[in-house]
Amino acid sequence: MSYVARQVENMKPSGIRKFFDIVSEMEDAISLGVGEPDFDTPWHIRDEGIYSLEKGRTFYTSNSGLMELRKEICNYLKRRFDVSYEPAKEVLVTVGGSEAIDVGLRAVINPGEGEEVLIPQPSYVSYEPCAVLAGAKPVIIQLCNENQFRLTKQELLDAVTDKTKVLILPFPNNPTGAVLTEQDLRDIAEVCIERDILVMSDEIYAELTYDRDHVSIASIPGMKERTILINGFSKSYAMTGWRLGYACGPEEIISQMMKIHQYAIMCAPTTSQYAAVEALKNGDDDVVKMREAYNQRRRFLLNAFKEMDLPCFEPFGAFYVFPCIKKYGMTSEEFATEFLKQEKVAVVPGTAFGDSGEGFIRISYAYSIENLKIAIAKLKDFVGRLQK
Amino acid sequence: MNDTRLKILTFIEKNSRVDLKELAVVLGMEEDMVSKEIKDMENEGIICGFHTIIDWDKLAAEKVTAMIEVRVTPQRGKGFDDIAERIYKYPEVTSVYLMSGSFDLMVMLEGKTLKEVSTFVTEKLATLETVINTQTNFVLKKYKDHGTVLTKKYEDNRMPIVP
Repeated sequence: MSYVARQVENMKPSGIRKFFDIVSEMEDAISLGVGEPDFDTPWHIRDEGIYSLEKGRTFYTSNSGLMELRKEICNYLKRRFDVSYEPAKEVLVTVGGSEAIDVGLRAVINPGEGEEVLIPQPSYVSYEPCAVLAGAKPVIIQLCNENQFRLTKQELLDAVTDKTKVLILPFPNNPTGAVLTEQDLRDIAEVCIERDILVMSDEIYAELTYDRDHVSIASIPGMKERTILINGFSKSYAMTGWRLGYACGPEEIISQMMKIHQYAIMCAPTTSQYAAVEALKNGDDDVVKMREAYNQRRRFLLNAFKEMDLPCFEPFGAFYVFPCIKKYGMTSEEFATEFLKQEKVAVVPGTAFGDSGEGFIRISYAYSIENLKIAIAKLKDFVGRLQK
Repeated sequence: MNDTRLKILTFIEKNSRVDLKELAVVLGMEEDMVSKEIKDMENEGIICGFHTIIDWDKLAAEKVTAMIEVRVTPQRGKGFDDIAERIYKYPEVTSVYLMSGSFDLMVMLEGKTLKEVSTFVTEKLATLETVINTQTNFVLKKYKDHGTVLTKKYEDNRMPIVP
Protein backbone atom coordinates (compact mmCIF):
# COMPACT_ATOMS: atom_id res chain seq x y z
CA MET A 1 0.00 0.00 0.00
CA SER A 2 1.25 3.48 -0.82
CA TYR A 3 1.48 5.88 2.06
CA VAL A 4 1.10 8.79 -0.29
CA ALA A 5 -2.17 10.68 -0.55
CA ARG A 6 -3.82 10.31 -3.92
CA GLN A 7 -4.62 13.97 -4.40
CA VAL A 8 -1.00 14.87 -3.79
CA GLU A 9 0.33 12.11 -5.98
CA ASN A 10 -1.96 13.26 -8.77
CA MET A 11 -0.66 16.78 -8.53
CA LYS A 12 1.42 17.70 -11.57
CA PRO A 13 4.99 18.65 -10.74
CA SER A 14 5.81 22.21 -11.70
CA GLY A 15 6.33 22.40 -15.48
CA ILE A 16 9.58 24.28 -15.18
CA ARG A 17 11.42 21.71 -13.11
CA LYS A 18 12.81 20.06 -16.24
CA PHE A 19 14.28 23.33 -17.50
CA PHE A 20 15.70 24.09 -14.13
CA ASP A 21 17.59 20.80 -14.21
CA ILE A 22 18.99 21.37 -17.72
CA VAL A 23 20.01 24.95 -17.03
CA SER A 24 21.66 24.06 -13.73
CA GLU A 25 23.82 21.49 -15.54
CA MET A 26 24.75 23.84 -18.33
CA GLU A 27 27.79 26.00 -17.92
CA ASP A 28 27.60 29.63 -19.07
CA ALA A 29 23.88 29.44 -19.79
CA ILE A 30 22.03 32.73 -19.70
CA SER A 31 18.68 32.68 -17.97
CA LEU A 32 15.71 34.88 -18.65
CA GLY A 33 13.64 32.60 -16.50
CA VAL A 34 13.85 34.18 -13.10
CA GLY A 35 10.67 35.34 -11.42
CA GLU A 36 12.31 37.55 -8.83
CA PRO A 37 13.95 40.99 -8.86
CA ASP A 38 17.63 41.28 -9.72
CA PHE A 39 18.06 44.13 -7.24
CA ASP A 40 19.37 43.53 -3.78
CA THR A 41 17.01 44.45 -0.99
CA PRO A 42 17.69 48.18 -0.40
CA TRP A 43 20.41 48.54 2.21
CA HIS A 44 18.40 50.54 4.75
CA ILE A 45 15.89 47.68 4.86
CA ARG A 46 18.58 45.02 5.27
CA ASP A 47 20.23 47.19 7.90
CA GLU A 48 16.99 47.30 9.90
CA GLY A 49 16.83 43.50 9.77
CA ILE A 50 20.41 43.27 11.01
CA TYR A 51 19.69 45.82 13.74
CA SER A 52 16.71 43.81 14.94
CA LEU A 53 19.01 40.79 15.30
CA GLU A 54 21.59 42.83 17.19
CA LYS A 55 18.89 44.01 19.55
CA GLY A 56 17.96 40.38 20.18
CA ARG A 57 14.51 40.59 18.64
CA THR A 58 14.58 36.89 17.93
CA PHE A 59 11.30 35.77 19.47
CA TYR A 60 7.89 34.94 18.02
CA THR A 61 5.67 37.86 17.20
CA SER A 62 1.91 37.76 17.71
CA ASN A 63 0.31 35.26 15.35
CA SER A 64 -1.09 37.97 13.10
CA GLY A 65 2.24 39.75 12.92
CA LEU A 66 3.80 42.75 14.67
CA MET A 67 1.15 45.36 15.37
CA GLU A 68 3.52 48.06 14.12
CA LEU A 69 3.85 46.23 10.81
CA ARG A 70 0.10 45.72 10.45
CA LYS A 71 -0.42 49.44 11.07
CA GLU A 72 2.16 50.31 8.42
CA ILE A 73 0.53 47.89 5.98
CA CYS A 74 -2.81 49.64 6.52
CA ASN A 75 -1.22 53.09 6.08
CA TYR A 76 0.42 51.89 2.92
CA LEU A 77 -2.73 50.40 1.38
CA LYS A 78 -4.64 53.57 2.19
CA ARG A 79 -1.89 55.80 0.79
CA ARG A 80 -1.29 53.87 -2.42
CA PHE A 81 -4.58 52.21 -3.31
CA ASP A 82 -7.18 53.98 -1.20
CA VAL A 83 -8.39 50.92 0.69
CA SER A 84 -8.87 51.05 4.46
CA TYR A 85 -8.30 48.12 6.76
CA GLU A 86 -8.35 47.76 10.52
CA PRO A 87 -4.83 46.64 11.68
CA ALA A 88 -6.14 44.69 14.68
CA LYS A 89 -8.72 42.59 12.88
CA GLU A 90 -8.38 42.70 9.14
CA VAL A 91 -4.69 42.01 8.49
CA LEU A 92 -2.67 38.79 8.65
CA VAL A 93 1.09 38.80 8.05
CA THR A 94 2.07 35.61 6.22
CA VAL A 95 5.10 33.72 4.94
CA GLY A 96 5.08 35.28 1.51
CA GLY A 97 2.01 35.83 -0.61
CA SER A 98 2.09 32.07 -1.22
CA GLU A 99 1.00 31.21 2.29
CA ALA A 100 -1.82 33.73 2.07
CA ILE A 101 -3.14 31.99 -1.06
CA ASP A 102 -3.05 28.57 0.62
CA VAL A 103 -4.48 29.66 3.95
CA GLY A 104 -7.10 31.88 2.32
CA LEU A 105 -8.48 29.06 0.20
CA ARG A 106 -8.47 26.60 3.08
CA ALA A 107 -10.34 29.08 5.25
CA VAL A 108 -13.24 29.47 2.84
CA ILE A 109 -13.64 26.11 1.07
CA ASN A 110 -15.78 23.25 2.41
CA PRO A 111 -13.76 20.29 1.19
CA GLY A 112 -15.41 17.75 -1.04
CA GLU A 113 -18.62 19.71 -1.57
CA GLY A 114 -17.80 20.62 -5.14
CA GLU A 115 -17.28 24.29 -4.43
CA GLU A 116 -15.66 25.91 -7.43
CA VAL A 117 -12.66 28.19 -7.51
CA LEU A 118 -12.28 30.13 -10.76
CA ILE A 119 -8.67 30.42 -11.85
CA PRO A 120 -7.80 32.56 -14.85
CA GLN A 121 -4.77 31.17 -16.69
CA PRO A 122 -2.00 31.69 -17.67
CA SER A 123 -1.18 32.52 -14.08
CA TYR A 124 1.12 31.69 -11.22
CA VAL A 125 1.59 27.99 -10.65
CA SER A 126 0.25 27.59 -7.12
CA TYR A 127 -3.43 28.56 -7.36
CA GLU A 128 -4.64 25.29 -8.84
CA PRO A 129 -2.81 22.92 -6.46
CA CYS A 130 -3.79 25.07 -3.47
CA ALA A 131 -7.44 24.94 -4.53
CA VAL A 132 -7.23 21.15 -4.91
CA LEU A 133 -5.59 20.73 -1.50
CA ALA A 134 -8.28 22.89 0.03
CA GLY A 135 -10.84 20.45 -1.36
CA ALA A 136 -12.28 22.74 -4.02
CA LYS A 137 -12.91 22.06 -7.67
CA PRO A 138 -10.63 24.33 -9.72
CA VAL A 139 -12.29 25.77 -12.81
CA ILE A 140 -9.89 27.25 -15.32
CA ILE A 141 -10.73 30.36 -17.31
CA GLN A 142 -8.56 30.45 -20.44
CA LEU A 143 -7.45 34.02 -20.99
CA CYS A 144 -6.51 35.01 -24.49
CA ASN A 145 -4.05 37.11 -26.41
CA GLU A 146 -6.84 38.97 -28.24
CA ASN A 147 -7.80 40.58 -24.91
CA GLN A 148 -4.16 41.15 -23.91
CA PHE A 149 -4.76 38.35 -21.39
CA ARG A 150 -7.20 40.48 -19.38
CA LEU A 151 -10.17 38.80 -17.73
CA THR A 152 -13.34 39.99 -19.45
CA LYS A 153 -16.81 40.09 -18.02
CA GLN A 154 -18.05 37.61 -20.61
CA GLU A 155 -15.31 35.10 -19.86
CA LEU A 156 -16.21 35.35 -16.19
CA LEU A 157 -19.94 34.99 -16.81
CA ASP A 158 -19.31 31.92 -18.97
CA ALA A 159 -17.44 30.24 -16.14
CA VAL A 160 -19.72 31.07 -13.22
CA THR A 161 -22.08 28.35 -11.96
CA ASP A 162 -24.20 27.93 -8.83
CA LYS A 163 -21.20 26.21 -7.29
CA THR A 164 -18.79 29.12 -7.85
CA LYS A 165 -17.41 30.34 -4.54
CA VAL A 166 -14.13 32.08 -5.23
CA LEU A 167 -12.59 33.99 -8.12
CA ILE A 168 -8.82 34.28 -8.10
CA LEU A 169 -7.75 37.56 -9.64
CA PRO A 170 -4.04 37.42 -10.49
CA PHE A 171 -3.25 40.93 -11.80
CA PRO A 172 -0.75 42.40 -12.57
CA ASN A 173 -0.12 38.99 -13.97
CA ASN A 174 2.73 36.54 -13.86
CA PRO A 175 3.54 35.31 -16.59
CA THR A 176 1.82 37.63 -19.08
CA GLY A 177 2.44 41.04 -17.54
CA ALA A 178 -1.23 41.88 -18.15
CA VAL A 179 -3.00 44.44 -15.97
CA LEU A 180 -6.72 45.16 -15.65
CA THR A 181 -8.17 48.60 -16.17
CA GLU A 182 -10.48 50.17 -13.64
CA GLN A 183 -13.38 49.52 -16.03
CA ASP A 184 -12.42 45.82 -16.26
CA LEU A 185 -12.48 45.68 -12.47
CA ARG A 186 -15.88 47.38 -12.29
CA ASP A 187 -17.29 44.85 -14.76
CA ILE A 188 -15.86 41.95 -12.78
CA ALA A 189 -17.09 43.47 -9.52
CA GLU A 190 -20.61 43.67 -10.92
CA VAL A 191 -20.64 39.93 -11.62
CA CYS A 192 -19.11 39.06 -8.26
CA ILE A 193 -21.64 41.14 -6.34
CA GLU A 194 -24.55 39.83 -8.41
CA ARG A 195 -23.48 36.19 -8.02
CA ASP A 196 -22.11 36.54 -4.49
CA ILE A 197 -18.56 35.46 -5.32
CA LEU A 198 -15.55 35.98 -3.06
CA VAL A 199 -12.51 37.45 -4.81
CA MET A 200 -8.98 36.48 -3.91
CA SER A 201 -6.99 39.30 -5.45
CA ASP A 202 -3.28 38.53 -5.70
CA GLU A 203 -1.72 41.97 -6.02
CA ILE A 204 1.89 41.02 -5.34
CA TYR A 205 3.00 43.00 -8.42
CA ALA A 206 0.84 46.05 -7.59
CA GLU A 207 3.85 48.36 -7.40
CA LEU A 208 5.19 47.22 -10.75
CA THR A 209 2.87 48.83 -13.27
CA TYR A 210 4.11 51.11 -16.01
CA ASP A 211 2.66 54.30 -17.39
CA ARG A 212 -0.46 53.68 -15.29
CA ASP A 213 -1.31 53.09 -11.62
CA HIS A 214 -2.57 49.84 -10.20
CA VAL A 215 -6.17 49.80 -9.03
CA SER A 216 -7.17 47.32 -6.33
CA ILE A 217 -10.52 45.63 -6.76
CA ALA A 218 -11.04 46.14 -3.02
CA SER A 219 -11.35 49.87 -3.71
CA ILE A 220 -14.40 49.32 -5.94
CA PRO A 221 -17.61 49.99 -3.97
CA GLY A 222 -19.19 46.82 -2.63
CA MET A 223 -16.04 44.74 -3.07
CA LYS A 224 -14.01 45.20 0.11
CA GLU A 225 -16.41 42.95 2.05
CA ARG A 226 -15.98 40.18 -0.53
CA THR A 227 -12.26 40.45 -1.25
CA ILE A 228 -9.18 38.84 0.22
CA LEU A 229 -6.42 41.18 -0.85
CA ILE A 230 -3.00 39.53 -1.03
CA ASN A 231 0.22 41.45 -1.30
CA GLY A 232 3.77 41.22 0.01
CA PHE A 233 7.28 42.55 0.00
CA SER A 234 9.01 40.21 -2.43
CA LYS A 235 8.50 42.02 -5.72
CA SER A 236 8.06 45.66 -4.72
CA TYR A 237 11.03 45.84 -2.34
CA ALA A 238 13.14 43.03 -3.82
CA MET A 239 12.69 40.94 -0.66
CA THR A 240 11.90 37.47 -2.03
CA GLY A 241 14.16 35.58 0.35
CA TRP A 242 12.68 37.27 3.41
CA ARG A 243 9.44 35.35 2.81
CA LEU A 244 6.96 37.96 3.87
CA GLY A 245 3.49 38.75 2.60
CA TYR A 246 0.08 39.61 3.94
CA ALA A 247 -3.62 39.16 3.48
CA CYS A 248 -6.27 41.77 4.22
CA GLY A 249 -9.99 41.20 4.23
CA PRO A 250 -13.18 41.00 6.23
CA GLU A 251 -12.62 40.12 9.89
CA GLU A 252 -14.86 37.09 9.46
CA ILE A 253 -12.38 35.54 7.01
CA ILE A 254 -9.08 36.88 8.33
CA SER A 255 -9.84 35.54 11.81
CA GLN A 256 -10.32 32.04 10.34
CA MET A 257 -7.18 32.31 8.21
CA MET A 258 -5.36 33.35 11.37
CA LYS A 259 -6.30 30.06 13.04
CA ILE A 260 -4.77 27.96 10.26
CA HIS A 261 -1.71 30.21 10.16
CA GLN A 262 -1.40 29.94 13.95
CA TYR A 263 -1.37 26.14 13.90
CA ALA A 264 0.67 25.64 10.75
CA ILE A 265 3.19 28.48 10.92
CA MET A 266 2.88 30.22 14.29
CA CYS A 267 4.07 33.56 12.94
CA ALA A 268 5.98 35.00 9.99
CA PRO A 269 9.76 35.42 10.48
CA THR A 270 10.44 38.13 13.06
CA THR A 271 13.56 39.58 11.42
CA SER A 272 11.68 39.96 8.16
CA GLN A 273 8.82 41.73 9.91
CA TYR A 274 11.13 44.37 11.39
CA ALA A 275 12.77 44.90 8.02
CA ALA A 276 9.35 45.20 6.40
CA VAL A 277 8.35 48.01 8.77
CA GLU A 278 11.34 49.96 7.50
CA ALA A 279 10.43 49.14 3.88
CA LEU A 280 6.92 50.55 4.28
CA LYS A 281 8.06 53.59 6.25
CA ASN A 282 11.00 54.67 4.11
CA GLY A 283 11.01 52.56 0.96
CA ASP A 284 8.82 54.57 -1.44
CA ASP A 285 11.83 56.04 -3.27
CA ASP A 286 13.39 52.61 -3.77
CA VAL A 287 10.21 51.40 -5.40
CA VAL A 288 10.15 54.38 -7.75
CA LYS A 289 13.75 53.76 -8.82
CA MET A 290 13.29 50.04 -9.40
CA ARG A 291 10.03 50.60 -11.27
CA GLU A 292 11.76 53.05 -13.60
CA ALA A 293 14.56 50.56 -14.26
CA TYR A 294 12.06 47.78 -15.06
CA ASN A 295 10.15 50.11 -17.33
CA GLN A 296 13.33 50.89 -19.30
CA ARG A 297 14.01 47.20 -19.80
CA ARG A 298 10.40 46.56 -20.75
CA ARG A 299 10.62 49.19 -23.48
CA PHE A 300 13.95 47.79 -24.60
CA LEU A 301 12.52 44.28 -25.00
CA LEU A 302 9.32 45.34 -26.75
CA ASN A 303 11.36 47.36 -29.22
CA ALA A 304 13.72 44.43 -29.81
CA PHE A 305 10.76 42.12 -30.48
CA LYS A 306 9.35 44.60 -32.94
CA GLU A 307 12.67 44.72 -34.76
CA MET A 308 12.88 40.94 -35.02
CA ASP A 309 9.20 40.70 -35.91
CA LEU A 310 8.25 38.63 -32.87
CA PRO A 311 4.63 39.38 -31.99
CA CYS A 312 4.01 40.50 -28.42
CA PHE A 313 1.19 42.53 -26.88
CA GLU A 314 2.33 45.43 -24.72
CA PRO A 315 2.17 44.36 -21.09
CA PHE A 316 1.95 47.09 -18.45
CA GLY A 317 2.73 45.15 -15.30
CA ALA A 318 5.05 42.82 -13.37
CA PHE A 319 8.45 42.13 -15.01
CA TYR A 320 7.51 39.74 -17.76
CA VAL A 321 6.79 39.88 -21.45
CA PHE A 322 4.87 37.09 -23.12
CA PRO A 323 5.67 36.95 -26.82
CA CYS A 324 3.78 34.67 -29.18
CA ILE A 325 5.89 32.04 -30.94
CA LYS A 326 3.09 30.27 -32.82
CA LYS A 327 4.35 31.34 -36.24
CA TYR A 328 7.43 29.15 -35.87
CA GLY A 329 5.28 26.04 -35.84
CA MET A 330 6.59 24.75 -32.54
CA THR A 331 5.00 24.21 -29.16
CA SER A 332 6.13 26.46 -26.33
CA GLU A 333 8.09 23.64 -24.82
CA GLU A 334 9.80 22.73 -28.10
CA PHE A 335 10.71 26.35 -28.66
CA ALA A 336 12.12 26.78 -25.16
CA THR A 337 14.01 23.49 -25.32
CA GLU A 338 15.55 24.23 -28.72
CA PHE A 339 16.43 27.79 -27.74
CA LEU A 340 18.17 26.50 -24.65
CA LYS A 341 20.02 23.78 -26.57
CA GLN A 342 21.09 25.95 -29.48
CA GLU A 343 21.74 29.29 -27.82
CA LYS A 344 22.05 28.39 -24.15
CA VAL A 345 19.39 30.87 -23.15
CA ALA A 346 16.62 29.78 -20.80
CA VAL A 347 13.07 31.07 -21.07
CA VAL A 348 9.96 29.52 -19.56
CA PRO A 349 7.36 27.91 -21.85
CA GLY A 350 3.95 29.53 -21.46
CA THR A 351 2.40 26.13 -20.78
CA ALA A 352 4.11 26.07 -17.38
CA PHE A 353 1.39 28.52 -16.36
CA GLY A 354 -1.59 26.70 -17.84
CA ASP A 355 -2.75 25.27 -21.17
CA SER A 356 -3.72 28.69 -22.48
CA GLY A 357 -0.03 29.59 -22.35
CA GLU A 358 0.53 27.31 -25.35
CA GLY A 359 2.15 29.23 -28.18
CA PHE A 360 3.84 31.72 -25.85
CA ILE A 361 7.03 32.01 -23.84
CA ARG A 362 7.68 33.99 -20.70
CA ILE A 363 10.69 36.26 -20.72
CA SER A 364 11.61 37.95 -17.47
CA TYR A 365 13.20 41.37 -17.50
CA ALA A 366 14.52 41.20 -13.99
CA TYR A 367 17.97 41.53 -15.58
CA SER A 368 20.22 44.43 -16.45
CA ILE A 369 19.92 45.86 -19.94
CA GLU A 370 23.48 44.65 -20.63
CA ASN A 371 22.40 41.07 -19.92
CA LEU A 372 19.19 41.43 -21.86
CA LYS A 373 21.14 42.70 -24.84
CA ILE A 374 23.29 39.58 -24.98
CA ALA A 375 20.29 37.28 -24.61
CA ILE A 376 18.19 39.16 -27.15
CA ALA A 377 20.95 38.98 -29.75
CA LYS A 378 20.85 35.21 -29.32
CA LEU A 379 17.07 35.16 -29.58
CA LYS A 380 17.34 37.15 -32.80
CA ASP A 381 19.79 34.62 -34.24
CA PHE A 382 17.56 31.76 -33.17
CA VAL A 383 14.30 33.04 -34.64
CA GLY A 384 16.22 34.20 -37.72
CA ARG A 385 17.21 30.59 -38.35
CA LEU A 386 13.64 29.37 -37.72
CA GLN A 387 12.22 31.79 -40.24
CA LYS A 388 14.37 30.44 -43.05
CA MET B 1 12.51 70.45 -13.06
CA ASN B 2 11.95 69.29 -16.62
CA ASP B 3 11.07 65.58 -16.36
CA THR B 4 12.56 64.68 -19.75
CA ARG B 5 15.91 66.14 -18.80
CA LEU B 6 15.85 64.49 -15.40
CA LYS B 7 15.20 61.09 -16.98
CA ILE B 8 17.96 61.51 -19.54
CA LEU B 9 20.47 62.72 -16.96
CA THR B 10 19.65 60.02 -14.44
CA PHE B 11 20.31 57.40 -17.09
CA ILE B 12 23.48 58.79 -18.65
CA GLU B 13 24.99 59.69 -15.31
CA LYS B 14 25.42 55.96 -14.79
CA ASN B 15 25.96 54.95 -18.39
CA SER B 16 27.32 57.62 -20.68
CA ARG B 17 28.25 55.11 -23.37
CA VAL B 18 24.64 54.32 -24.32
CA ASP B 19 23.89 55.21 -27.92
CA LEU B 20 21.16 57.69 -28.73
CA LYS B 21 18.82 55.20 -30.34
CA GLU B 22 18.90 52.87 -27.38
CA LEU B 23 18.54 55.74 -24.93
CA ALA B 24 15.43 56.91 -26.77
CA VAL B 25 13.98 53.38 -26.71
CA VAL B 26 14.50 52.72 -23.02
CA LEU B 27 13.19 56.13 -22.02
CA GLY B 28 10.23 55.87 -24.38
CA MET B 29 11.13 59.13 -26.17
CA GLU B 30 11.78 60.22 -29.73
CA GLU B 31 15.42 60.00 -30.77
CA ASP B 32 15.41 63.54 -32.17
CA MET B 33 14.14 64.95 -28.92
CA VAL B 34 16.73 63.09 -26.84
CA SER B 35 19.51 64.26 -29.14
CA LYS B 36 18.31 67.87 -28.98
CA GLU B 37 17.96 67.84 -25.19
CA ILE B 38 21.48 66.48 -24.76
CA LYS B 39 22.94 69.08 -27.10
CA ASP B 40 21.04 71.85 -25.33
CA MET B 41 22.23 70.64 -21.95
CA GLU B 42 25.81 70.56 -23.20
CA ASN B 43 25.46 74.14 -24.45
CA GLU B 44 23.89 75.25 -21.19
CA GLY B 45 26.73 73.73 -19.23
CA ILE B 46 24.45 71.21 -17.51
CA ILE B 47 26.31 68.28 -19.04
CA CYS B 48 29.94 69.24 -18.49
CA GLY B 49 31.83 66.19 -19.65
CA PHE B 50 31.96 62.40 -19.77
CA HIS B 51 34.35 60.39 -17.64
CA THR B 52 35.37 56.80 -17.12
CA ILE B 53 35.58 55.32 -13.66
CA ILE B 54 38.93 53.57 -13.37
CA ASP B 55 40.37 51.60 -10.51
CA TRP B 56 44.02 52.53 -11.07
CA ASP B 57 45.09 50.29 -8.20
CA LYS B 58 44.25 47.21 -10.24
CA LEU B 59 46.66 48.40 -12.91
CA ALA B 60 49.39 48.84 -10.32
CA ALA B 61 49.78 52.28 -11.82
CA GLU B 62 51.72 54.78 -9.80
CA LYS B 63 49.10 57.17 -8.65
CA VAL B 64 48.50 58.95 -5.39
CA THR B 65 45.30 60.74 -4.52
CA ALA B 66 45.15 63.30 -1.74
CA MET B 67 42.33 65.33 -0.25
CA ILE B 68 43.65 68.57 1.11
CA GLU B 69 41.70 70.69 3.54
CA VAL B 70 42.61 74.33 3.01
CA ARG B 71 41.77 77.29 5.24
CA VAL B 72 41.99 80.64 3.51
CA THR B 73 41.24 84.30 4.17
CA PRO B 74 38.37 85.34 1.92
CA GLN B 75 39.02 88.51 -0.06
CA ARG B 76 36.78 91.53 0.11
CA GLY B 77 34.31 91.64 -2.79
CA LYS B 78 35.50 88.34 -4.20
CA GLY B 79 34.97 85.85 -1.41
CA PHE B 80 36.61 82.55 -2.22
CA ASP B 81 36.27 82.57 -6.00
CA ASP B 82 39.65 84.06 -6.87
CA ILE B 83 41.65 81.84 -4.60
CA ALA B 84 39.68 78.79 -5.78
CA GLU B 85 40.50 79.69 -9.35
CA ARG B 86 44.19 80.07 -8.61
CA ILE B 87 44.14 76.58 -7.15
CA TYR B 88 42.02 74.78 -9.75
CA LYS B 89 44.17 76.04 -12.61
CA TYR B 90 46.88 73.56 -11.65
CA PRO B 91 46.31 70.50 -13.85
CA GLU B 92 47.16 68.07 -11.05
CA VAL B 93 44.18 69.37 -9.08
CA THR B 94 41.15 67.21 -9.94
CA SER B 95 38.44 68.87 -7.84
CA VAL B 96 37.97 71.97 -5.74
CA TYR B 97 34.94 72.40 -3.48
CA LEU B 98 33.97 75.26 -1.17
CA MET B 99 32.97 73.67 2.12
CA SER B 100 30.99 74.50 5.21
CA GLY B 101 32.61 73.52 8.51
CA SER B 102 36.08 73.86 9.95
CA PHE B 103 37.92 74.51 6.67
CA ASP B 104 37.08 76.35 3.47
CA LEU B 105 38.30 74.54 0.38
CA MET B 106 38.53 70.82 -0.29
CA VAL B 107 41.20 70.30 -2.91
CA MET B 108 41.60 66.90 -4.51
CA LEU B 109 44.86 66.17 -6.10
CA GLU B 110 46.42 63.40 -8.11
CA GLY B 111 50.15 62.88 -8.30
CA LYS B 112 52.56 60.11 -9.17
CA THR B 113 54.21 59.88 -5.78
CA LEU B 114 53.74 61.06 -2.22
CA LYS B 115 56.68 63.34 -2.75
CA GLU B 116 55.14 64.96 -5.77
CA VAL B 117 51.95 65.68 -3.84
CA SER B 118 53.73 67.03 -0.79
CA THR B 119 55.93 69.23 -2.97
CA PHE B 120 52.83 70.68 -4.55
CA VAL B 121 51.30 71.41 -1.16
CA THR B 122 54.37 72.95 0.43
CA GLU B 123 55.61 74.88 -2.57
CA LYS B 124 52.49 75.87 -4.49
CA LEU B 125 49.48 75.68 -2.21
CA ALA B 126 50.78 76.71 1.21
CA THR B 127 52.71 79.63 -0.21
CA LEU B 128 49.63 81.35 -1.65
CA GLU B 129 49.26 84.45 0.47
CA THR B 130 45.59 83.98 1.36
CA VAL B 131 46.12 80.38 2.51
CA ILE B 132 46.20 80.17 6.31
CA ASN B 133 46.94 76.48 6.63
CA THR B 134 46.51 73.09 4.94
CA GLN B 135 45.96 69.53 6.02
CA THR B 136 46.81 66.78 3.57
CA ASN B 137 44.96 63.44 3.69
CA PHE B 138 46.16 60.63 1.44
CA VAL B 139 43.67 58.14 0.03
CA LEU B 140 44.68 54.61 0.99
CA LYS B 141 41.99 52.62 -0.81
CA LYS B 142 38.97 53.46 -2.91
CA TYR B 143 35.95 51.31 -2.11
CA LYS B 144 33.29 53.20 -4.00
CA ASP B 145 33.59 56.03 -6.48
CA HIS B 146 30.82 57.93 -8.26
CA GLY B 147 28.23 55.44 -7.01
CA THR B 148 30.20 52.47 -8.31
CA VAL B 149 31.65 49.87 -5.96
CA LEU B 150 35.21 49.19 -7.04
CA THR B 151 36.08 46.36 -4.72
CA LYS B 152 33.41 43.84 -5.70
CA LYS B 153 31.76 42.71 -8.90
CA TYR B 154 28.02 42.10 -9.21
CA GLU B 155 27.13 38.45 -8.93
CA ASP B 156 23.77 37.00 -9.81
CA ASN B 157 23.04 34.54 -7.04
CA ARG B 158 19.49 33.76 -8.01
CA MET B 159 18.35 30.31 -9.07
CA PRO B 160 18.23 30.25 -12.87
CA ILE B 161 14.54 29.44 -13.17
CA VAL B 162 11.88 30.57 -10.73
CA PRO B 163 8.12 30.45 -11.39
